[in-house]
Amino acid sequence: MAIDPKLAEDLKSQGVHVTSFEQLINWGRSSSLWPLQFGLACCAIEMIAATMAKYDMARFGAEVFRPSPRQADLMIVAGTVTKKMAPQVVRLYNQMAEPKYVIAMGACAISGGPFKDGYNVLKGIDRFIPVDVVIPGCPPRPEALLDGLMTLRDKIAKEKLIGKHRARHADPNGAASFPVPEFGPHDLEPTANREIWNPPTIVREEGGSE
Amino acid sequence: MIVEIETILAGIREALPNSGISFRKNPGPSGQHSLLVDGSNLVEVCQFLQDTLDFDLLSNVTGVDWPEPAKADAVAVPEGEVTPAAEGFLEVLYHLYSTNRRVGPLVLRARTADRAGNAKIPSVVSVFRSAEFQEREIFDLYGVIFTGHPDLRRILMWDEFVDFPMRKDYVAPDDYEYEPTPHDAVLEKAKTHYPSSETQDGKIQDTRKEPVL
Repeated sequence: MAIDPKLAEDLKSQGVHVTSFEQLINWGRSSSLWPLQFGLACCAIEMIAATMAKYDMARFGAEVFRPSPRQADLMIVAGTVTKKMAPQVVRLYNQMAEPKYVIAMGACAISGGPFKDGYNVLKGIDRFIPVDVVIPGCPPRPEALLDGLMTLRDKIAKEKLIGKHRARHADPNGAASFPVPEFGPHDLEPTANREIWNPPTIVREEGGSE
Repeated sequence: MIVEIETILAGIREALPNSGISFRKNPGPSGQHSLLVDGSNLVEVCQFLQDTLDFDLLSNVTGVDWPEPAKADAVAVPEGEVTPAAEGFLEVLYHLYSTNRRVGPLVLRARTADRAGNAKIPSVVSVFRSAEFQEREIFDLYGVIFTGHPDLRRILMWDEFVDFPMRKDYVAPDDYEYEPTPHDAVLEKAKTHYPSSETQDGKIQDTRKEPVL
């Protein structure tokens, strides 16, 4: 922040690399995101394709899918989250070590998608855990997942580690885990975490169909 | 298939005279006729079909909810046969094949006495092991109690769930959220969730808090 960008360029041409701690840490974090290895539906097939030779997510340092939440930085919610599965997804998120990020991949993970009106599908994982990047599609192509990963990398690179607008994981008062919903007699209880999920109420006028 | 199913029906009637079985014609293009079996004799009929007529594959078990029993039969039931229950019932369908004789599907139907306390049908797991998970699924979604089932509990929904979602009178939980282009039934549902006109000053009311990073 304090260094003049032009001076930094000049120094770089002389072999001296000047940076800030924040940039260095964010560069390290964004360059080796280790996703949690789980998939919930057909989006997972596209996620697998993205890791394979043709799309090769390893180019961006995100190929090390970890089978344990303790070792993962990134949760890719790839697929339909049923209400029966939702508590386990939230619990896995809570078990991940900070800093942790979430990509909601595909229509189902964003909103329930084609199953939104069903009795058994969660209407978006953002009801329970904070989502950093959403990737629309049904399912999104591997390129879209790579683009989502790039978006997340850009977001991490811009993260503030100190000050008022610091990231959630850098804030001592920021939440590290979120309540796991319970199985109720008719639905999950609660149906959403109102601390993090507050969609706007949009009211339409009578007869306004256009 | 209609000749085949009548042969099968005659065979069952000969071997099990008190089986309470009747023929149900399907006038539709599929022509998938069925045999309506009295629930109390279902296991014996299945055993007979497996042992004598070589029906070795139970490929599918599914359920139907009939809150209005008059609609349960595509054609009018002949006089003197099983009269439908007054207050509706649940029906279980079994699709049987004979892989050796290449015959099938043979559709068996069995009906419960009602949709509440007596929604019971004997389990055919003792004859066809493949029925185990499918009967659990029907129990889960329709609430048919399969007597004699070795492990009758919910398979898709969680154990604490009390409703039966595939029944026609099931009401899904009202966890409505913002709908971008509501119309028809969704619009009617959306209107019940709009804030009252006293609290609403603009067209769009943003209730979001500060975003959490």
